[in-house]
Amino acid sequence: MTEPIRITAPLTDAVIEKLKAGDKVLITGVMYTARDAAHKRLIDLLNAGKELPVDLRGQIVYYVGPTPEKPGEVIGSAGPTTSGRMDAYTPRLIELGLKGMVGKGARSKEVRDSIIAHKAVYMAAVGGAAALIRRSIKKAEIIAYEDLGPEAIRRLEVVDFPAIVVNDIHGGDLFLQGVEKFRRVS
Amino acid sequence: MRQVSVKDITKKVRDLCISAACDLEPDVVSAIRSARDREESVLGKEVLGQIIENFEIAGKEHLPMCQDTGISVFFVELGREVALDGLLEDAINEGVRQGYKDGYLRKSVCHPLKRTNTGDNTPAIIHTSIVEGGKVKIKIAPKGAGSENMSRLKMLKPAEGVEGIKAFVVETVKEAGGNPCPPIVLGVGIGGSFEKCAINAKKALLRPLGTQNSDSDLNSLEQELLGKINDLGIGPMGFGGRITALAVHVEASPCHIASLPVAVNIQCHADRHKEVEI
Ligand code: SF4
Repeated sequence: MTEPIRITAPLTDAVIEKLKAGDKVLITGVMYTARDAAHKRLIDLLNAGKELPVDLRGQIVYYVGPTPEKPGEVIGSAGPTTSGRMDAYTPRLIELGLKGMVGKGARSKEVRDSIIAHKAVYMAAVGGAAALIRRSIKKAEIIAYEDLGPEAIRRLEVVDFPAIVVNDIHGGDLFLQGVEKFRRVS
Repeated sequence: MRQVSVKDITKKVRDLCISAACDLEPDVVSAIRSARDREESVLGKEVLGQIIENFEIAGKEHLPMCQDTGISVFFVELGREVALDGLLEDAINEGVRQGYKDGYLRKSVCHPLKRTNTGDNTPAIIHTSIVEGGKVKIKIAPKGAGSENMSRLKMLKPAEGVEGIKAFVVETVKEAGGNPCPPIVLGVGIGGSFEKCAINAKKALLRPLGTQNSDSDLNSLEQELLGKINDLGIGPMGFGGRITALAVHVEASPCHIASLPVAVNIQCHADRHKEVEI
């Protein structure tokens, strides 16, 4: 197996251009968490012409709703949730400058097109590997929507967060390519 | 009659909630290990390796193996000689309340329309049956939404027969793709009524992995379905590979002469279940 590519977040176009579907990456830097409820609030703000509580330009959003942390700990278990639930909101955020997304499962055509058009990248983490992924999260701080509990927006500082590139700017799609290789039926 | 205190049930349920979230049962552990050995996709093997490392960490450090600690589903067998000093459902819900708080588990239950969180993971989903004897057997199977959301139910026409059932099951898995965190376990309920086939599908998931169906026809149907599903090539996490499902379990019940209900309940690799006998 090839060695993982180390990338830092926030992301630059130069880094995104090199990533290809199927690449293993280790992410170090900052990521923001957001799930359905937080996405809805962000889009409502945009619709009302208001500022977002976080500047998403260049950033990675991680779709996760962690378990509560035990006293003195940084975060609870924190694996990815199904990205498709965010599809309706994502193109709008990519247009604003969001560069990376981490979740699990496939994205809609609109999201895939938007990734190509605006130079972004969609990566998957291993669903259910929440106790393992937790180890790469060194700091977590709620920066908006505390009332949403696990769905609040958190700023994470991560070191060597493991993920796999699914949708790249060249139109690559790991789900299509991978399944194609192993399918035995039409 | 044998007296059983509901306080005792609450305490046991509390502990079950926590241990189910953190400790994978041996049947699932060995099924996943064997999947890693058999997987031909390099990336798929690596994903299974991460899944194994994850449940090892979770077990050792008493951490939830997945952040989605699920909605709490129970199957209770209540011996007919048991006399309880309170309400069974209240006792179980109180156990869930305590377990999800004390175990730092995620509370994932909300009002269906307002979407406000109930705050304590209750109410639990409880299926009870009355059996012979003087014991209470409680099985818990916390269920995450990633796999539950990809489950399907269809009222087939009897003319569609077993071929229709197979096509529906395979189509459901194909449509689910990587969303339900494969490798999955499939619970298939056939026959009964609208609700009975769904309960059968869920019950089928509780049969230990690696055991055979006692009905030989259903056993061969399970093997055939498993082959067809793994031919889809979805693989671990949907990245492509040989192992999409670890097992297919079927439960059947007689149904109306004019109907053929089929339910497919998808279970992710975080196939958490525990039981206790009081
Ligand atoms: S489908 Fe299962 S393993 Fe995947 S995130 Fe949900 S509960 Fe966890």
